[in-house]
Amino acid sequence: MMLEVRDLHAFYGKSHILQGVDLSVAEGEIVSLLGRNGVGRSTVCKTIIGLVPPVGRIDFKGRSIAGLRPDQIAHVGIGYVPEDRQVFPGLTVKQNLELGLKRAGATGSWTFEDVFSLFPNLAKRQDNPAGVLSGGEQQMLTMCRTLMGDPDLIIIDEPTEGLAPKLVEQVGTLLDEIARRGTAILLVEQKLTIALRISRRLYVMGHGRIVFEGTPAALADNGRIRKEWLEV
Amino acid sequence: MEVFVVSLLNGLVYGMLLFMLASGLTLILSMMGVLNFAHASAYMLGAYFAYTISVHIGFWPALVIAPLLCGLIGAAIEMWGLRRVHRNGHIAELLFTFGLALIIEKVVQMTWGLLPVPYRVPELLDFPLFRIYGTQFPAYRAFMLAISALMFGAIWLGLTRTRVGLVIQAALTHPDMASALGHNVPRIFTLVFAAGTALAGLAGVIGGNYQVTEPAMAFTMGPIVFVVVVFGGLGSLTGCFIASILMGLIQTFAVVFDVSLADLLAKFGFTVTSSTPFAEVLNVTLPRVGALLPFLLLVLILVFRPRGLMGTRDT
Repeated sequence: MMLEVRDLHAFYGKSHILQGVDLSVAEGEIVSLLGRNGVGRSTVCKTIIGLVPPVGRIDFKGRSIAGLRPDQIAHVGIGYVPEDRQVFPGLTVKQNLELGLKRAGATGSWTFEDVFSLFPNLAKRQDNPAGVLSGGEQQMLTMCRTLMGDPDLIIIDEPTEGLAPKLVEQVGTLLDEIARRGTAILLVEQKLTIALRISRRLYVMGHGRIVFEGTPAALADNGRIRKEWLEV
Repeated sequence: MEVFVVSLLNGLVYGMLLFMLASGLTLILSMMGVLNFAHASAYMLGAYFAYTISVHIGFWPALVIAPLLCGLIGAAIEMWGLRRVHRNGHIAELLFTFGLALIIEKVVQMTWGLLPVPYRVPELLDFPLFRIYGTQFPAYRAFMLAISALMFGAIWLGLTRTRVGLVIQAALTHPDMASALGHNVPRIFTLVFAAGTALAGLAGVIGGNYQVTEPAMAFTMGPIVFVVVVFGGLGSLTGCFIASILMGLIQTFAVVFDVSLADLLAKFGFTVTSSTPFAEVLNVTLPRVGALLPFLLLVLILVFRPRGLMGTRDT
């Protein structure tokens, strides 16, 4: 397994947010982490990439990364796209993408041309400040910015939240393209449609721990889990 | 007219000096959330270092060495002090820098004494550059203007044209995201803190002999710099620049116009005598209120425009 998380705990002050999470992602695999708001999905992401101090084991490519700084974790090959899009508003679209590169001028398997041909809108606005882009464009920009760093695993937190159906489709296309290039994806989602379509395996989270692990077909069959932990 | 032009130039010189101090403080405050009370102490240290160095090897080496020393001190404070205190929240940081400011003041008093030191303008620049309407404009003031303008240009180019500058700008708004993209944000913090302190030191080098180099200079300059930062708005160097120049001009012009409310009323044919109600207040002249004006502006801007002139953040 490329990413191996065992008995992971996390705390915000005195609140015990993650209470023993186990999950894994293999090379090139697409895995989704589902669950309602507030069960701790985003905390799982932030703990893996080092923004929240972890208690437990996190191994990546056979090496422990628990306790490393976020920038060190980025350099071992984990990319992160946060749910609130965090574009750098005063910088141009192009500069945002440049900051995705780990070293100046060092593009990897994703180049500016790749990004601009997939999203012509970003190409047209490459010299505009990122702060003036629409929500959908900002979402594509954050995902592409992380891809510029050429991660082996990309953790994407709720990429379709608040997007119109047409834009959700665009996110889906980009996810397909990422998978086609062999990059592993850990996708955090609330909407089942995309996750069921692209994932090889799914985890469902409830109250700080994993309550289901299996294939999309198994989840489709398991009405109890869907009803108790996913459907509103 | 003559008073106007001379005051304008003097206001610009003072404003640029303020900017050199405030630009570092505003970067540190916007990026790290640290209201650094010891910032003006670096200004004082810069002046004293420059004095000692210029006694031994001259002013020109001091111009380079003193700011570098201040920058090194800043880097040490950030790495071994602030970073640890940071975990305990903003109040702890505030008290930490306040304590530092007091320590630096005492150390300066113990080392160089309580009285002002004779830190003077270098001979090479000690001549009147030109005369306007019979008033001399010293070459040293022009030199101060030139150094400040050069600095402003360098900061601006550094922030907008270099990769480190881009990372600094990114970390100003989303430090977590910048670090998740692989940028060593703690190192950037140290760099910004050191650069900010070095700039304050440079302001001390060129300002210490223009004003007076004495142990109270940090505590006279500090509050004005805070006003500039709040007035200009967090996260905006341009706002900071405008606010610096504005404060420089306001304070300089306030000193030269020796008028009071009573004089104003006299123009409307109303004479204020000692028996007029509030005669004391009406007779206060503008130069006496001058020192108060920046703080008046601070209070007003906090009430009516809490973000400051061009601030990008509310905090």
